[in-house]
Amino acid sequence: MSVALTPGRRRRIIGEAASAALGIVIVIWSLMPVYNMMLVALDPEGENEFDGNLWPPEPTLDSFRAVLTGGHWYLERFWLQFGNSLYIGLMTMFLTVLISSLASFAIGRMRLTKVWVLTDTALLIYVVPASLLAIPFSRLMYSYELMDRLLAVVAAQVMFATPFAVLILQQFAKLIPIEFDEAARIDGATPAQVYLHIYVPLMAPALAAVGTYALLLAWDEYLYQYLLISSPKNWTVAVAIEQFFDVDEAPWNYMMAMAVIYALPPVAIFYGLSHYMATGLTAGGVKG
Amino acid sequence: MSGAEQVLAIGRHRMARWPRWHGRLHGSEFAWAIAFVVPYAAVIIVFGVYPILFGFWMASTPSLYADLFSDPVYVQTLVTTVLFVGIGVNLKMFLALLLSGFFTRPRWWIKAILLIYILPWALSAIPAFTSFHWMMIGPGSFLDSLSLALFGVEGPIWFNDRWLALGCNIVAYVWKWMPFWTLIFLAARMAIPRDIHEAADIDGASGFRRFVHVTFPLLANVYLICTLLSTIWALGDFATVSLVSGGAPKRTTDVLATLTIRYAFDMAKPELGVAAAMSALPVLIPLVIGLMRAVRTREVQL
Repeated sequence: MSVALTPGRRRRIIGEAASAALGIVIVIWSLMPVYNMMLVALDPEGENEFDGNLWPPEPTLDSFRAVLTGGHWYLERFWLQFGNSLYIGLMTMFLTVLISSLASFAIGRMRLTKVWVLTDTALLIYVVPASLLAIPFSRLMYSYELMDRLLAVVAAQVMFATPFAVLILQQFAKLIPIEFDEAARIDGATPAQVYLHIYVPLMAPALAAVGTYALLLAWDEYLYQYLLISSPKNWTVAVAIEQFFDVDEAPWNYMMAMAVIYALPPVAIFYGLSHYMATGLTAGGVKG
Repeated sequence: MSGAEQVLAIGRHRMARWPRWHGRLHGSEFAWAIAFVVPYAAVIIVFGVYPILFGFWMASTPSLYADLFSDPVYVQTLVTTVLFVGIGVNLKMFLALLLSGFFTRPRWWIKAILLIYILPWALSAIPAFTSFHWMMIGPGSFLDSLSLALFGVEGPIWFNDRWLALGCNIVAYVWKWMPFWTLIFLAARMAIPRDIHEAADIDGASGFRRFVHVTFPLLANVYLICTLLSTIWALGDFATVSLVSGGAPKRTTDVLATLTIRYAFDMAKPELGVAAAMSALPVLIPLVIGLMRAVRTREVQL
């Protein structure tokens, strides 16, 4: 076949080939560390990752089973640790939603504008990196007698999550006509009733978004958990993974299996909500 | 004035005085509003403002800063931090901007790749960076075996060399955070009206020239805001360095965020740790001010 390619067609074919190549590079780049995780986790013994294997020689789900059933002295407390992580995540989510929705209602809907000092300060704190605040924070936790309590971690996460949550909720609240509130008030509703029966139901999607944000923030963070929690019964999964590094002859396949299990809930949330995430990003005010 | 008119007038008067919660809140409503804000204020003051002031007080001794600058580890850490943040953030942002253009192409398989591409963002930092650590830890690790299989060359011992270890940290950082910023740029590109690109096409500007003269100027302010915000966050990034290189070799790849924690908890010098954190302020404050300005000028775009 001698079909002469016009320059335009040739250019288009080269363009397609180039983007296919780029696509392959992106897939390999994105999946390599994930593949490495599975490679180690699927290994029957903990030391095989130094044998230079490119794929698991005898892939087995044993290490996952061991983690889930506590089949190793090191994993005995896994479910307790998972519960602690979940507790921190859910408490952060609940308190962030509660506190930020109350505050954004008062500031945005009741137009309590005189608290701008508070909101501006909060936004400044949101911008300051958490790790630079960790030392005085943990010092104060000693004096508040919250050391080695999960609540101390929750307090830190709620403090970092609420300013952004209030900002987002105020953006969303602009979409709800203020006339709803006014109509309810003419009918004699107290602010608490307006909040409960109008604001919360209408803002439900935004509250869900803010709650997810807080949950993921708490799940992803480990510096404060690492610094504030010391006794093994209060360890979270994140701290437990980190502690593997301090043990000689640690079973690395178990650690990786643990890491994979720990990574699953956020991944599920991300892919389950990916559509909402995209809209949330555009509604979050980052539009040009 | 008839009775009906009087009622109407009163009604009008009442309507004018009624609702609109703005302006002035009075009596019980003001109390409600305050009560709604109190939990927020309490959290911010007790767990935010107070620790910050406490930190300032902890680091208020001038001699601490003399100690800091006489510590060679601290000076070395400053250099590493500048390199880590400077290279990491800019490389990540630039690649994210380019890749966001790739993902605007209307192909089903590119949409599928986008789903895989956001996986690093969805993955928690701890599992992801732990995996990076293992991938590069030494002979027989995955990356090593890969280069042996592909090129027949054993990889270097990544964490034995300061620059290689720093490079690993940067790569891991770019890997984890590039997808998020790509999505931001993708959203910003989607917000550009289609007719602007069509007009550029008609005027003969396509491909590279369209990017330089049309797309980038429209995205420039978003790019600036994102870069500033990302720089601020990267300055406080503890997870990447502590999990990937762990400061190895010999703590030469420590950044400010990990050094403060090490001073405070490994060396039991919390005051010195806070002082090291405070030494980021001369950079942090201009960044925050620049960010606020950039956010305000956003309104005049387009």
